[in-house]
Amino acid sequence: MSVMETTTGVSAEARSMAGSPLVWGVAALLLVYPLVATPFLTFQVGGYALILGTIALSLSFLAGYGGMVSLSQMSAAGLAGYVVAIFGFNSFGSGFGWPWWLVVPIAVLASTAFSVGVGLLAIRTEGIYTIMITLAIGVAFFLLAQQNYAIFNGHSGFAGIAPPVLFGLNWRDPLPFYYLALFVAAVFYLAVVYIARAPFGLALQAIRDNPRRMRALGYNVTAHRVAAWALAGIAAGFGGVLLVWFNGRISPGTIGVDRLIDILVIAIVGGTRRPAGAFLGAIFFVLLDTYAINVMGAERFNTLIGVLFLAIVLFSPDGLLGLWEKARRSFATRGSGV
Amino acid sequence: MAARSPLLTILIALLVALLVWLFVAAWPEWLTGAIGAKKLFVTTIFNGVTVAGLYFLVASGFTLVFGLMRNVNLAHGSLFLFGAYIGYSVATATGYWLIGVAAGFLAAGLVGILMQVLVFRRMEGDELRQTLVTIGISIVAADLMLAVWSGKTYQFATPDWLDGAVRTPFILAYRSNGAAVPMMYPWYRLVVLAAAIVIGVGLWLVLNRTRIGMMIRAGVDDRAMLSASGVNVHVVFAVVFGIGAGLAGFAGVVGGTALSIAPGEDVRYLLASLVVVIVGGMGSITGAAVGALLIGLAEQIGLAYFPTYGVVLTFVIMVAVLAFRPQGIMGRPA
Amino acid sequence: MNFTRGTLLATAGFALAAHFSAANAEDTLKVGLMVTLEGAFTVLGEDGKRGAELALKEHNGMAGGKKIEWVVASSDASPDSAVRAVRKLVESDGVQIVVGPLSGDEGLAVKDYAKTQPNVTFVNGTSAAADTTLRDPAPNFFRFTTDGAQWMAGVGTYAFEKKGYKNVATVAEDYSFPYTQVFGFMAEFCKAGGHVVSKSWVPIGNKDFSSVIAAIPADVDAVYVALGGADGVNFLKQYQQAGGTAPLIGGSITADQSVLSSQGKQKDAVLGMPSAGPVADAWDDPRWTKFVADYKAAFPDGFPSPSLFAQGYFVNTKAVLLALDKINGDLSDNGVKLRETLAGLEFDTPTGPVKLDKNRNGIALNFVTEVAEGADGGLFNKVVEVKEAVNQTLGQPEDEFLKLGVVGRDNPSCP
Repeated sequence: MSVMETTTGVSAEARSMAGSPLVWGVAALLLVYPLVATPFLTFQVGGYALILGTIALSLSFLAGYGGMVSLSQMSAAGLAGYVVAIFGFNSFGSGFGWPWWLVVPIAVLASTAFSVGVGLLAIRTEGIYTIMITLAIGVAFFLLAQQNYAIFNGHSGFAGIAPPVLFGLNWRDPLPFYYLALFVAAVFYLAVVYIARAPFGLALQAIRDNPRRMRALGYNVTAHRVAAWALAGIAAGFGGVLLVWFNGRISPGTIGVDRLIDILVIAIVGGTRRPAGAFLGAIFFVLLDTYAINVMGAERFNTLIGVLFLAIVLFSPDGLLGLWEKARRSFATRGSGV
Repeated sequence: MAARSPLLTILIALLVALLVWLFVAAWPEWLTGAIGAKKLFVTTIFNGVTVAGLYFLVASGFTLVFGLMRNVNLAHGSLFLFGAYIGYSVATATGYWLIGVAAGFLAAGLVGILMQVLVFRRMEGDELRQTLVTIGISIVAADLMLAVWSGKTYQFATPDWLDGAVRTPFILAYRSNGAAVPMMYPWYRLVVLAAAIVIGVGLWLVLNRTRIGMMIRAGVDDRAMLSASGVNVHVVFAVVFGIGAGLAGFAGVVGGTALSIAPGEDVRYLLASLVVVIVGGMGSITGAAVGALLIGLAEQIGLAYFPTYGVVLTFVIMVAVLAFRPQGIMGRPA
Repeated sequence: MNFTRGTLLATAGFALAAHFSAANAEDTLKVGLMVTLEGAFTVLGEDGKRGAELALKEHNGMAGGKKIEWVVASSDASPDSAVRAVRKLVESDGVQIVVGPLSGDEGLAVKDYAKTQPNVTFVNGTSAAADTTLRDPAPNFFRFTTDGAQWMAGVGTYAFEKKGYKNVATVAEDYSFPYTQVFGFMAEFCKAGGHVVSKSWVPIGNKDFSSVIAAIPADVDAVYVALGGADGVNFLKQYQQAGGTAPLIGGSITADQSVLSSQGKQKDAVLGMPSAGPVADAWDDPRWTKFVADYKAAFPDGFPSPSLFAQGYFVNTKAVLLALDKINGDLSDNGVKLRETLAGLEFDTPTGPVKLDKNRNGIALNFVTEVAEGADGGLFNKVVEVKEAVNQTLGQPEDEFLKLGVVGRDNPSCP
């Protein structure tokens, strides 16, 4: 796959998507959704999917555009969540009690620094190492949080964490929280769409396809990659802040190895070639997570998720989004044929 | 590496001398006061080395497969657990532990060959997709094994000839009547260590002294060239994958006998293998040995002397290695 | 590929359909059952579910004139998943009563959630963290079982007075439940005059105890071990291999079936090991023997004897059914009457009488047991003492008890 093909391909598609009625339709649907859905569907399904989608987006951005699959994005998000619990309020009374407008930037800064740190380690090695290194670092952070009581409060973690009451609204209520999550998700979605077309994003994709050539062309490969990790850290950080507000609590279980894998599953099932994939995967995952027990019981949920993941990896490397596009394309050709 | 500078050589020699003294000498009061009883120290070092043997068994298969196929097999832990369960079932049914060991090796090896032939051959060169497939397999395998063997803990009955403790030549203390108190150590753990050393040396010999080893090493360096020279690469790949997976299953039975088998062990040993090969150097058998030794010692010393952060210690070592020598201690620069 | 897509769509569609079609008939009452059916605790969760089902079966599936229907929600024993599961039960399935959860941290999380849903009634499963009811309790959370410190009632005194142990080392996993167990043991043991000279907190998931065993001081009279299932078996095996001679004292989940039925020489190490807990397999009381017989008849594929998880879910479910009977299943007042009834409920369980204290925590029997060899050569837990009416403050005045502080690695301490 040559540099030119990839980059022009993506940007052209992105351009066509921006103006397509489908995009506007989905946007309208997302805005109207909480007005028709129950509070449970708004908060527990909608809000949760948007949060997981944002965190998965940070993974799929790194993987899709940078060619670096990071399993530690949930750890970065978790770190941001811990910062919110430690610097803000928690029910153990051990929080510093700083206001949200101070805590949230610190949290995002922490997750960004974490992500950059992981990135600096990962980019020193071959691409495929990244997945192992990030898995190991993610588990290391989990173990640290579980063992450390002075900072992370060990296995119990923190509870009683709530978003602020602002402009007369309790941002924990389903409707405001949903729109907050939607806003954050939209900002990062648009940011990734924009970056994919900007010179930085084009260079990043070219580096993914052939780092040696880009280095020869005078690009600073390391700087581009580190910048990508930083961006992913910011997205994960905001996702983590929302996640800790959503759960109202955080503990090592939030960043355990299963959760790291969940984020990967979401990103891959949705499709990493487009920012929308992460959110599609998240909606799918949350629906399954919530309702599979009604259909088939909880016992074999992991088999279902695993088989689904395998099927996607084996048969549709571009994820659900790829399937959808294939379907649309074949539909379009059939339509034009008539 | 040791010969690089005289200073380093002297330092290593001093360290070895210190270690020998710590093992052989009767500890003075001040030393016991500073770092605890001699028994704790000697036992911990023994534990570290024997655990390293187990970690080497698991990690050598992992690193072998990666070295040749660039396949990061994240289902390696699942093969470990699968081998252990099969080994347990067979050993219980037949009453012979050794048959269980063989069954664990064969079952995991067979699954490994199937994985290579049915799945990975179809996506050769696409390392990322292969890795993702192994993650998917490990998710499904963990859940299906839970369905079959439930969440129970299984324990092998250690055969009598492996059970019990043996006397080591190290004297821990002297009783008031002048009698020496020797250190007793579980025989089984020493046997595991011996098995790891034998297998390690065997692997090294096969890789470096035989025709098939030559083909494998050639494949590591240049797959296309090996294929062009008339070697059936697919067969070589399947054999190597089978041996790598079989080693995981073998380690499952051997490790399961030392401790026990339960869900979750797959992830634990996968992570141990990951850290061992990242530290030691991907694709290198010697690296796996060095990495296993470092990680095993670090883990046990951590557990004995500072249990709170002992588990984090191994990962600190990993990050330090990545920062200063990203290809691992014995790895070749990329 | 078509297959894949079809399956995906069908699954998603089915899931939604199942959700929207959930109709609420007049004469059935849906009760939420929250239990761990994923992850490492699945086996325990399944036994908890058996206990709940057995209680309902004994009640002929009815309570307060209505047919009771379970709505099951599963967690993976993490507090995050517990909150998601309970939210679904309450906010999506619309249940007014929830039975569960299974483990300690889940219990704390559900208690926090209960405060945001004052019209829903929460009744514990087997979660046993003290602070679920002790500090900052939720007015609508009830626990007819006891907590992890209560489970130790009796054994500290027994070890000091009957066994004559003066200096003890402890080995336990490094999180809140074992802290609570060690606390329960030490509360009595230290008061009696004993000393706990060293505490080893083993990181969760560690299976290799050999170096931990080497670090136990040589001159202790006994070692208190609070490790469950696999960890307990591993510890015993390695303790015996390392030539450990000090006798052992067990936590509530140490001397369970997997330890007692394990093969090998570790048998000698556990023989005579005292421990304590809310159930005792070998209690010869007719209430318990009937429960065991019913359990075995209903679940031939269950455990050889109901675990404390089956017993806990059984007791808490039975409380709900009895209370529903008393109010004729009338929840039209958002469960106010139900909660009043529950708070005053006293009834007989397979493990003796139970009633609630003012924080809605159970006051119940606790059993001190000792591992003994049966006539057939197998090991079992012989009941040596039954402590009556064990309350959450372990018999101490509440203010004094609260002054002991929150349990942790270093609290309490009596070196």
